[in-house]
Amino acid sequence: MLVQPILLTLHLAALTTAILLVVGTPLAWWLARSPVWWKEAVATVVALPLVLPPTVLGFYLLLLLGPHGPGGWLAGLWGAHSLAFSFPGLVIGSVLYSMPFVVQPIRNAFEAIGDRPHEVAATLGAGPLDRFFTVALPLARRGFLTGAVLGFAHTVGEFGVVLMIGGNIPGQTRVLSVTIFDYVETGDWSTAHLLAGGMLAFSFLVILSMMVLEKRIGRTGP
Amino acid sequence: MSDAPTIEARFRSRLGGFVLDVGFEAPARGITALFGPSGCGKTTVLRCVAGLHRPDEGYFALNGEVWQDGRDVRPTHRRPVGYVFQEASLFSHLSVRANLLYGHRRITGRGLRETIGFDEVAGLLGLDHLLERAPLHLSGGERQRVAIGRALLSQPKLLLMDEPLAALDRFSKDEILPYLERLHTALSVPVLYVSHDIAEVERLADHLVLLKGGRVTAAGPLEELQSDPALPIARMPEAGVTLPAVVEHFDPDYGLATLALAGGRLLVPGHPETPGATRRVRIAASDVSLARAPAAGSTILNTLPARILAAEAQNGVQMMVAVALGSDGRGARLLARVTRKSWDSLGLAPGQPVFAQIKGVALVDFALEGAGKSDTGA
Repeated sequence: MLVQPILLTLHLAALTTAILLVVGTPLAWWLARSPVWWKEAVATVVALPLVLPPTVLGFYLLLLLGPHGPGGWLAGLWGAHSLAFSFPGLVIGSVLYSMPFVVQPIRNAFEAIGDRPHEVAATLGAGPLDRFFTVALPLARRGFLTGAVLGFAHTVGEFGVVLMIGGNIPGQTRVLSVTIFDYVETGDWSTAHLLAGGMLAFSFLVILSMMVLEKRIGRTGP
Repeated sequence: MSDAPTIEARFRSRLGGFVLDVGFEAPARGITALFGPSGCGKTTVLRCVAGLHRPDEGYFALNGEVWQDGRDVRPTHRRPVGYVFQEASLFSHLSVRANLLYGHRRITGRGLRETIGFDEVAGLLGLDHLLERAPLHLSGGERQRVAIGRALLSQPKLLLMDEPLAALDRFSKDEILPYLERLHTALSVPVLYVSHDIAEVERLADHLVLLKGGRVTAAGPLEELQSDPALPIARMPEAGVTLPAVVEHFDPDYGLATLALAGGRLLVPGHPETPGATRRVRIAASDVSLARAPAAGSTILNTLPARILAAEAQNGVQMMVAVALGSDGRGARLLARVTRKSWDSLGLAPGQPVFAQIKGVALVDFALEGAGKSDTGA
């Protein structure tokens, strides 16, 4: 009974983090290195979930993913009616919602490298892609660690967006945070205690291991 | 262009309120120093050569191989340059060995021939015991030596050095200079060397490009520019010339070495040295005085016949005089700083034969032992 929401939550968080690392890395790179002036407008859009109430984001996502939005059209491609209240819709929502937590640390890490290592690598015969993989990525590894951990943990903890666009379908969109809410609603406090305590311990361990790992990465150079 | 290997450079670039407009040619061998005060555009020139800075207009060719011609610009990673920055800028995520091999791997991977080997560079720069270390655990001087080795191992056809010693303390500088001199003699890679330290330039450079306010004020062999009394370097308090001299003989009784240079011989106190060795000597303008006749009963060891080439009044009091050694006036050039009063009272003028009395000669290359300034009398 309890295993299903836990597995679903982990699945969602892992998938979201993976997508965010793939999508967020080029975005963070562009934000860190591009000279165009309007990039801060893009950065602001990425950062919006930090300040918006999750219900607001959820509301707009509902419109976007629902039967009358582009999400509905997209879902029509494989014969579905809507992306809302489905696992794919939940993934899209989570990606947007957790994006600032992944992009910002990676962008900061890219910016902290500065121009010099790139210039050095160029004078040593490394082309742009080569420089990105052999200099930028390894030097920004702390940012990636922070981004991945924050993105994962933040997705595990989301509630408002899930409630708005995911609903509460067991095995599909019924993640941990919603499950806890359900148990409290129905008065099953002991199960709620178990889950809430578990999440508390999980969050503590995640943050702790991140800090320890960051220190270790920072200490040993190569 | 001519058959002799050359560096041809022309760059125009506007950077805010500063306009860089330089053009020079230099031989593509030995060390060419770009010398001038801070903010004169030396570093920007070097960055243009490497392709790290895109000038509005530019042309660059090394031995006829064009790297940039107007809008046709070769990107940095396709230029066979080595660049040593002021800060070593080692890759902190790589070991010393991996840093050294970063450029080397990419060049040999493209099937280009290796002319500078790993063991040779590690030996020349004294890096053998540092190879497995992390850059974090190196001293400033060690880091810069690794950076130099890393640049050399990328098999450059031109080595660019941007004040590689400026960020180092006195001790680390003295540690690195001998290595640079060893490179100079052991490797054939031409070097463009940016510096604002005249002592460094005199010790290392063969050729000089003088920059001021974004323009080239003079370019030529070091000795030629040093001995031009009209140039701003002759106005520096430490003005003087550096000349190559060949060790001819050593007198162990008096501890004096005889050094031959174009147009004369000098007696210099020093350690026994192998005859035939070439050393760089520096003769400061303030250590040279002029006389119409050889002084009798003087303690000055080195009095050489010479001919006045040119003179320039430096202020109300002093004159900077260029002389060429030898009674025919065809030998090495020296500078002499004399008072205007003496100049007038002796009735000196360009073309006149004189005797140059040299009070001090310094050996500037520390490649061998026994370096340092030594007074030869007075």
